[in-house]
Amino acid sequence: MDVDIEKMRDEFLNQEFDEMTFDLDATRMAEYAKASGELDPKFTDPSHHDFQAPPTFVSTLVASRSLPQNFPKPDGVAMDAGKYVEWLAPIRGGIMLMGKSHLHDIYTKTGRSGRMIFLVTRMEIFHGDQHVANADTRTVFRENAS
Amino acid sequence: MSDTVNTISDVEFGAELPSFTPDTSLKNVQHHGKYVGWDSGRFVDHDIARKEGFPGAIVPGVLSQGFLGAMIHRWAPSANITAIDTIFRAPVLVDHPHKITGVVTDINAEDGTVEIDISITNEAEETQVFGTTTAQLPT
Repeated sequence: MDVDIEKMRDEFLNQEFDEMTFDLDATRMAEYAKASGELDPKFTDPSHHDFQAPPTFVSTLVASRSLPQNFPKPDGVAMDAGKYVEWLAPIRGGIMLMGKSHLHDIYTKTGRSGRMIFLVTRMEIFHGDQHVANADTRTVFRENAS
Repeated sequence: MSDTVNTISDVEFGAELPSFTPDTSLKNVQHHGKYVGWDSGRFVDHDIARKEGFPGAIVPGVLSQGFLGAMIHRWAPSANITAIDTIFRAPVLVDHPHKITGVVTDINAEDGTVEIDISITNEAEETQVFGTTTAQLPT
C-alpha cells in the first residue's frame, strides 16, 4: 500500500467525526418510495399499519460533514462512486434517528489515467439504542496526471 | 419462471428477473427533489446541467439506488432487502429511457437469502449503474 494512504488510514479510519439527528417525515419517506417505483403500500402509504422506509431511503440522510475536519483532501476532482446500505431493522415515520459517521475505508486503484483514491464514509444509524442501518458513501478522487 | 416469487423455493439460480423501466422523467426527478432533496440544478434543469458539462440533467444516485430496490420488491414482494451495494459508473440521464435487469447469482435455501446482480443500462445498452443485492425471502 502507498505510504501516504497508509498514513491516512492510521490517522483517520474508524474515528467518529460527525453526529447528526434526523426527524423522519413520513411524507418524505413515502414520496421517495413512489419516485423510486415502489408499489407496496407499506412503503408508499403512511397510514399503512406496517409503514416503513424502503431500505435505500437511508442513503438520502446527509451528515453535516462528509470527511473529518482536518482530513487532507486528496488532489483531483471528487465524484460519487457508489453507495452501500445495510438494513438491520425497519425505519418508521415520525421517529428521530441519530447518524454517527466515520471513515470506514481508504484504498486506491490505478488505471490508465493514474491513481484514484477511494474514501468510504460510513454513517451508522441508530433509533435510540437500536442500530437500524449502515449507509456508506464511496467518494473517488482522480488524481491529476503529473 | 413467474413474474413474482414468494418463497425461497420459487427462486432459481441464474434466473433473470423481469426487467423494470424506471421513471427517469424530469417530472419524477423534480418531484423527488421537491419532497426528498437533491433538487440542485444538475438534477432538475437540463440547461443548468449542460452548463456544468453534462449532456443534460442527471438522476441523483440516491434515486437510482431506489430504482434498484423497487425492482427487487416488484419481483419478490415479500423480500427483505438486507444489503444493497451500488456502483455509479456513468450518469443516468433524465428523460432518457433506461432498463433495469437482474440475475440471481446465489441462493441459500437454509436461511432464505438470495444474491442478485442488477444493472441500469441506457438506450445504447451501456451499464450506467451496477449493483449487488442481498435479500431474504420466507423459507
